[in-house]
Amino acid sequence: MPTNFNLNGKPASTNADPDSPLLWVIRDEIGLKGTKFGCGKAACGACTLHVNGKAVRSCSYAVKFVEGKEVTTIEGLGTEDNLHPVQQAWKEEIVPQCGYCQPGFMMATAAMLKEIPNPTDEDIDSNIVNVCRCGTYYRMRKAIHRAAHLSK
Amino acid sequence: MSRFLLVLLPLVALITLAADLPPADPFDTMMDVVTHKRCMNCHPSGNKPRQGEDSHLHYFNVQRGPDDHGVAAVQCGTCHQSKNNDYSGVPGAPHWGLAPLSMAWEGLSRAEIARVILDPEKNGGKNLEEIVKHMTEDELVLWAFEPGVDNEGIAREKPPVSEADFKAAVKAWAANGAPIPND
Repeated sequence: MPTNFNLNGKPASTNADPDSPLLWVIRDEIGLKGTKFGCGKAACGACTLHVNGKAVRSCSYAVKFVEGKEVTTIEGLGTEDNLHPVQQAWKEEIVPQCGYCQPGFMMATAAMLKEIPNPTDEDIDSNIVNVCRCGTYYRMRKAIHRAAHLSK
Repeated sequence: MSRFLLVLLPLVALITLAADLPPADPFDTMMDVVTHKRCMNCHPSGNKPRQGEDSHLHYFNVQRGPDDHGVAAVQCGTCHQSKNNDYSGVPGAPHWGLAPLSMAWEGLSRAEIARVILDPEKNGGKNLEEIVKHMTEDELVLWAFEPGVDNEGIAREKPPVSEADFKAAVKAWAANGAPIPND
Protein backbone atom coordinates (compact mmCIF):
# COMPACT_ATOMS: atom_id res chain seq x y z
CA MET A 1 0.00 0.00 0.00
CA PRO A 2 1.58 3.31 -1.05
CA THR A 3 2.40 6.14 1.31
CA ASN A 4 1.22 9.47 -0.05
CA PHE A 5 2.52 12.85 0.97
CA ASN A 6 3.50 16.24 -0.40
CA LEU A 7 7.15 16.86 -1.08
CA ASN A 8 8.26 20.44 -1.56
CA GLY A 9 4.72 21.37 -2.52
CA LYS A 10 4.13 18.55 -4.99
CA PRO A 11 2.33 15.21 -4.50
CA ALA A 12 4.66 12.28 -3.87
CA SER A 13 4.08 8.59 -3.30
CA THR A 14 6.19 5.61 -2.35
CA ASN A 15 5.72 1.88 -2.12
CA ALA A 16 8.71 1.52 0.17
CA ASP A 17 8.39 -0.64 3.27
CA PRO A 18 6.41 1.49 5.73
CA ASP A 19 9.25 1.18 8.25
CA SER A 20 11.87 2.48 5.79
CA PRO A 21 13.50 5.69 6.92
CA LEU A 22 12.05 8.72 5.17
CA LEU A 23 15.63 9.68 4.33
CA TRP A 24 16.05 6.54 2.21
CA VAL A 25 12.94 7.37 0.21
CA ILE A 26 13.90 11.02 -0.29
CA ARG A 27 17.45 10.29 -1.38
CA ASP A 28 17.46 6.87 -3.01
CA GLU A 29 13.96 6.57 -4.44
CA ILE A 30 13.02 10.15 -5.25
CA GLY A 31 16.60 11.26 -5.87
CA LEU A 32 16.82 14.47 -3.85
CA LYS A 33 20.35 14.32 -2.51
CA GLY A 34 20.43 17.54 -0.51
CA THR A 35 19.36 15.82 2.69
CA LYS A 36 22.36 13.91 4.03
CA PHE A 37 22.96 10.68 5.85
CA GLY A 38 25.23 11.22 8.82
CA CYS A 39 24.89 8.88 11.77
CA GLY A 40 21.69 6.92 11.19
CA LYS A 41 20.58 7.32 14.79
CA ALA A 42 19.11 10.81 14.94
CA ALA A 43 22.18 12.18 16.65
CA CYS A 44 24.01 14.43 14.18
CA GLY A 45 21.16 16.20 12.39
CA ALA A 46 22.58 15.97 8.85
CA CYS A 47 19.27 14.43 7.75
CA THR A 48 17.08 17.21 9.17
CA LEU A 49 14.10 18.19 7.04
CA HIS A 50 10.64 19.53 7.83
CA VAL A 51 7.46 17.54 8.29
CA ASN A 52 4.48 19.87 8.55
CA GLY A 53 6.94 22.67 9.20
CA LYS A 54 8.69 20.99 12.13
CA ALA A 55 12.30 19.84 12.12
CA VAL A 56 12.57 16.06 11.92
CA ARG A 57 15.58 13.73 11.79
CA SER A 58 14.61 11.76 8.70
CA CYS A 59 17.06 8.89 9.26
CA SER A 60 14.95 7.87 12.23
CA TYR A 61 11.53 8.71 10.82
CA ALA A 62 9.65 5.76 9.37
CA VAL A 63 8.09 6.75 6.07
CA LYS A 64 4.68 5.48 7.23
CA PHE A 65 4.42 8.49 9.53
CA VAL A 66 4.53 10.92 6.64
CA GLU A 67 1.19 9.85 5.16
CA GLY A 68 -0.83 12.93 4.24
CA LYS A 69 1.80 15.34 5.50
CA GLU A 70 3.89 18.11 3.96
CA VAL A 71 7.61 17.39 3.68
CA THR A 72 10.11 20.12 2.90
CA THR A 73 13.74 19.41 2.09
CA ILE A 74 16.56 21.85 1.49
CA GLU A 75 15.62 21.75 -2.21
CA GLY A 76 12.20 23.14 -1.35
CA LEU A 77 13.24 25.71 1.24
CA GLY A 78 13.75 28.42 -1.37
CA THR A 79 14.44 28.70 -5.08
CA GLU A 80 17.57 29.71 -6.97
CA ASP A 81 15.91 33.00 -7.83
CA ASN A 82 14.44 33.52 -4.40
CA LEU A 83 16.62 32.03 -1.73
CA HIS A 84 15.21 31.48 1.72
CA PRO A 85 16.69 34.04 4.15
CA VAL A 86 18.63 31.24 5.81
CA GLN A 87 20.17 30.20 2.50
CA GLN A 88 20.92 33.81 1.66
CA ALA A 89 22.57 34.40 5.01
CA TRP A 90 24.60 31.18 4.70
CA LYS A 91 25.84 32.41 1.35
CA GLU A 92 26.67 35.91 2.58
CA GLU A 93 28.54 34.64 5.61
CA ILE A 94 30.33 31.97 3.52
CA VAL A 95 29.46 29.42 6.17
CA PRO A 96 30.22 26.00 4.68
CA GLN A 97 33.60 24.35 4.65
CA CYS A 98 33.07 20.83 3.36
CA GLY A 99 29.33 21.55 3.31
CA TYR A 100 28.07 18.06 4.07
CA CYS A 101 26.16 18.90 7.23
CA GLN A 102 24.97 22.34 6.18
CA PRO A 103 21.54 21.45 4.73
CA GLY A 104 20.59 19.93 8.07
CA PHE A 105 21.74 23.03 9.90
CA MET A 106 19.83 25.28 7.53
CA MET A 107 16.63 23.28 7.94
CA ALA A 108 16.98 23.34 11.72
CA THR A 109 17.61 27.08 11.61
CA ALA A 110 14.58 27.70 9.40
CA ALA A 111 12.42 25.72 11.84
CA MET A 112 13.76 27.74 14.75
CA LEU A 113 13.20 31.12 13.09
CA LYS A 114 9.53 30.31 12.51
CA GLU A 115 8.98 30.27 16.25
CA ILE A 116 11.86 32.45 17.43
CA PRO A 117 12.29 35.20 14.84
CA ASN A 118 14.98 37.03 16.82
CA PRO A 119 17.03 34.34 18.50
CA THR A 120 19.60 35.16 21.15
CA ASP A 121 22.87 33.29 21.34
CA GLU A 122 21.27 31.22 24.08
CA ASP A 123 18.34 30.35 21.80
CA ILE A 124 20.80 29.29 19.13
CA ASP A 125 22.69 27.10 21.60
CA SER A 126 19.44 25.46 22.70
CA ASN A 127 17.95 24.92 19.26
CA ILE A 128 20.78 24.32 16.84
CA VAL A 129 22.41 21.17 18.18
CA ASN A 130 23.47 19.50 14.94
CA VAL A 131 27.05 18.39 14.50
CA CYS A 132 29.59 19.96 12.11
CA ARG A 133 32.92 18.20 11.92
CA CYS A 134 34.50 21.20 10.20
CA GLY A 135 33.61 23.37 13.17
CA THR A 136 31.75 26.09 11.28
CA TYR A 137 29.69 26.95 14.35
CA TYR A 138 31.06 30.47 14.67
CA ARG A 139 30.10 31.38 11.10
CA MET A 140 26.76 29.66 11.48
CA ARG A 141 25.96 31.75 14.52
CA LYS A 142 26.65 34.90 12.50
CA ALA A 143 24.57 33.56 9.63
CA ILE A 144 21.65 32.75 11.91
CA HIS A 145 21.59 36.31 13.24
CA ARG A 146 21.86 37.58 9.67
CA ALA A 147 19.00 35.31 8.56
CA ALA A 148 16.85 36.69 11.35
CA HIS A 149 17.62 40.20 10.11
CA LEU A 150 16.92 39.25 6.48
CA SER A 151 13.60 37.71 7.48
CA LYS A 152 12.24 41.01 8.81
CA MET B 1 14.26 -43.59 43.16
CA SER B 2 16.65 -41.83 45.52
CA ARG B 3 17.86 -39.61 42.65
CA PHE B 4 14.28 -38.66 41.91
CA LEU B 5 13.73 -37.69 45.53
CA LEU B 6 16.93 -35.66 45.56
CA VAL B 7 15.57 -33.52 42.75
CA LEU B 8 11.99 -33.41 43.94
CA LEU B 9 12.51 -32.51 47.58
CA PRO B 10 14.29 -29.17 46.96
CA LEU B 11 11.59 -28.25 44.48
CA VAL B 12 8.87 -28.99 47.00
CA ALA B 13 10.75 -26.94 49.58
CA LEU B 14 11.01 -23.98 47.20
CA ILE B 15 7.35 -24.11 46.29
CA THR B 16 6.39 -24.30 49.97
CA LEU B 17 8.67 -21.38 50.77
CA ALA B 18 7.13 -19.28 47.99
CA ALA B 19 3.63 -20.10 49.19
CA ASP B 20 4.57 -18.95 52.68
CA LEU B 21 5.79 -15.53 51.52
CA PRO B 22 3.36 -12.70 52.14
CA PRO B 23 1.90 -11.23 48.94
CA ALA B 24 3.78 -8.18 47.67
CA ASP B 25 2.35 -4.88 48.85
CA PRO B 26 0.66 -3.22 45.85
CA PHE B 27 2.32 0.08 46.74
CA ASP B 28 5.78 -1.49 46.64
CA THR B 29 5.05 -3.28 43.38
CA MET B 30 3.76 -0.08 41.80
CA MET B 31 6.74 1.92 43.05
CA ASP B 32 9.21 -0.67 41.75
CA VAL B 33 8.03 0.45 38.33
CA VAL B 34 7.52 4.16 38.97
CA THR B 35 11.05 4.56 40.33
CA HIS B 36 12.62 2.61 37.45
CA LYS B 37 14.80 4.55 35.01
CA ARG B 38 12.33 3.94 32.16
CA CYS B 39 9.93 6.20 34.06
CA MET B 40 12.29 8.42 36.04
CA ASN B 41 14.37 9.54 33.06
CA CYS B 42 11.49 11.72 31.85
CA HIS B 43 10.31 12.86 35.29
CA PRO B 44 13.37 15.04 36.03
CA SER B 45 13.41 17.73 38.68
CA GLY B 46 15.16 20.10 36.28
CA ASN B 47 14.63 21.18 32.71
CA LYS B 48 16.61 18.44 31.00
CA PRO B 49 15.49 14.85 30.55
CA ARG B 50 17.77 11.94 31.24
CA GLN B 51 18.39 8.90 29.11
CA GLY B 52 20.03 5.53 29.05
CA GLU B 53 20.63 2.82 31.61
CA ASP B 54 22.86 5.19 33.60
CA SER B 55 20.31 8.03 33.43
CA HIS B 56 22.79 10.53 32.06
CA LEU B 57 21.52 13.94 30.99
CA HIS B 58 20.00 13.68 27.53
CA TYR B 59 22.62 14.30 24.87
CA PHE B 60 22.42 17.26 22.45
CA ASN B 61 21.46 19.76 25.14
CA VAL B 62 17.85 18.60 24.90
CA GLN B 63 15.62 20.80 27.04
CA ARG B 64 12.12 20.81 28.46
CA GLY B 65 10.90 23.83 26.51
CA PRO B 66 7.72 25.80 27.15
CA ASP B 67 5.30 22.88 26.82
CA ASP B 68 7.46 19.97 28.08
CA HIS B 69 8.05 18.82 24.49
CA GLY B 70 11.33 20.53 23.71
CA VAL B 71 12.32 23.81 22.07
CA ALA B 72 11.49 25.13 18.61
CA ALA B 73 14.02 23.21 16.55
CA VAL B 74 14.71 20.39 18.99
CA GLN B 75 11.32 19.07 19.92
CA CYS B 76 10.90 15.61 21.33
CA GLY B 77 9.18 14.75 18.04
CA THR B 78 12.25 15.82 16.08
CA CYS B 79 13.68 12.39 16.91
CA HIS B 80 11.01 10.44 18.83
CA GLN B 81 8.00 9.18 16.91
CA SER B 82 4.93 7.29 18.12
CA LYS B 83 6.66 3.89 17.93
CA ASN B 84 10.11 2.59 18.79
CA ASN B 85 12.48 2.73 15.86
CA ASP B 86 14.54 -0.42 16.13
CA TYR B 87 16.75 0.56 13.19
CA SER B 88 18.06 3.78 14.69
CA GLY B 89 17.48 2.75 18.29
CA VAL B 90 15.40 5.84 19.01
CA PRO B 91 12.55 4.99 21.38
CA GLY B 92 9.05 6.21 20.66
CA ALA B 93 5.50 6.29 21.96
CA PRO B 94 2.54 8.62 21.50
CA HIS B 95 2.97 12.13 22.95
CA TRP B 96 6.60 11.47 23.85
CA GLY B 97 7.74 14.22 26.17
CA LEU B 98 8.74 15.18 29.67
CA ALA B 99 6.37 15.02 32.59
CA PRO B 100 5.45 18.54 33.71
CA LEU B 101 7.76 20.04 36.30
CA SER B 102 4.95 19.70 38.86
CA MET B 103 5.30 15.95 38.35
CA ALA B 104 9.05 15.89 38.94
CA TRP B 105 9.99 12.71 40.81
CA GLU B 106 13.75 12.89 40.70
CA GLY B 107 15.17 13.02 44.22
CA LEU B 108 11.88 12.19 45.95
CA SER B 109 11.18 9.22 48.21
CA ARG B 110 8.53 6.69 47.19
CA ALA B 111 6.04 8.23 49.60
CA GLU B 112 6.78 11.72 48.30
CA ILE B 113 6.28 10.53 44.72
CA ALA B 114 2.95 8.99 45.69
CA ARG B 115 1.81 12.23 47.29
CA VAL B 116 2.71 14.09 44.09
CA ILE B 117 0.81 11.54 42.00
CA LEU B 118 -2.29 11.97 44.14
CA ASP B 119 -2.16 15.77 44.31
CA PRO B 120 -4.60 17.25 41.73
CA GLU B 121 -2.69 20.53 41.94
CA LYS B 122 0.35 18.72 40.57
CA ASN B 123 -1.03 15.87 38.50
CA GLY B 124 -3.09 17.89 36.07
CA GLY B 125 -6.30 17.78 38.05
CA LYS B 126 -6.73 14.01 38.01
CA ASN B 127 -8.85 12.20 40.57
CA LEU B 128 -7.96 8.69 41.70
CA GLU B 129 -9.95 7.02 38.96
CA GLU B 130 -8.22 9.14 36.33
CA ILE B 131 -4.84 8.42 37.88
CA VAL B 132 -5.48 4.69 37.61
CA LYS B 133 -6.58 5.08 34.01
CA HIS B 134 -3.47 7.10 33.19
CA MET B 135 -1.12 4.65 34.85
CA THR B 136 -2.69 1.54 33.39
CA GLU B 137 -3.75 2.69 29.92
CA ASP B 138 -1.60 5.58 28.73
CA GLU B 139 0.60 4.38 25.88
CA LEU B 140 3.58 6.45 26.95
CA VAL B 141 3.40 5.06 30.49
CA LEU B 142 3.12 1.51 29.19
CA TRP B 143 6.04 2.04 26.80
CA ALA B 144 8.20 1.24 29.83
CA PHE B 145 7.31 -2.43 29.35
CA GLU B 146 8.21 -2.43 25.65
CA PRO B 147 11.18 -0.07 25.56
CA GLY B 148 12.80 -1.46 22.43
CA VAL B 149 16.50 -1.52 21.68
CA ASP B 150 19.20 1.14 21.83
CA ASN B 151 21.36 2.26 18.91
CA GLU B 152 23.62 -0.75 19.44
CA GLY B 153 20.64 -3.07 19.12
CA ILE B 154 20.79 -3.89 22.84
CA ALA B 155 17.43 -4.28 24.55
CA ARG B 156 16.66 -1.56 27.07
CA GLU B 157 16.14 -2.74 30.61
CA LYS B 158 12.49 -3.20 31.55
CA PRO B 159 11.04 -2.48 35.00
CA PRO B 160 11.39 -5.40 37.42
CA VAL B 161 7.63 -6.03 37.43
CA SER B 162 5.52 -7.30 34.54
CA GLU B 163 2.99 -5.01 32.89
CA ALA B 164 0.13 -7.21 34.15
CA ASP B 165 1.40 -7.20 37.73
CA PHE B 166 1.95 -3.42 37.59
CA LYS B 167 -1.58 -2.77 36.40
CA ALA B 168 -2.99 -5.13 39.04
CA ALA B 169 -0.92 -3.41 41.73
CA VAL B 170 -2.06 0.09 40.72
CA LYS B 171 -5.69 -1.00 40.75
CA ALA B 172 -5.32 -2.82 44.07
CA TRP B 173 -3.57 0.16 45.65
CA ALA B 174 -6.32 2.48 44.48
CA ALA B 175 -9.05 0.07 45.57
CA ASN B 176 -7.52 0.07 49.06
CA GLY B 177 -7.84 3.85 49.19
CA ALA B 178 -4.35 4.63 47.81
CA PRO B 179 -2.57 4.37 51.16
CA ILE B 180 0.88 5.94 51.37
CA PRO B 181 3.26 4.35 53.85
CA ASN B 182 5.35 6.54 56.14
CA ASP B 183 8.72 7.61 54.78
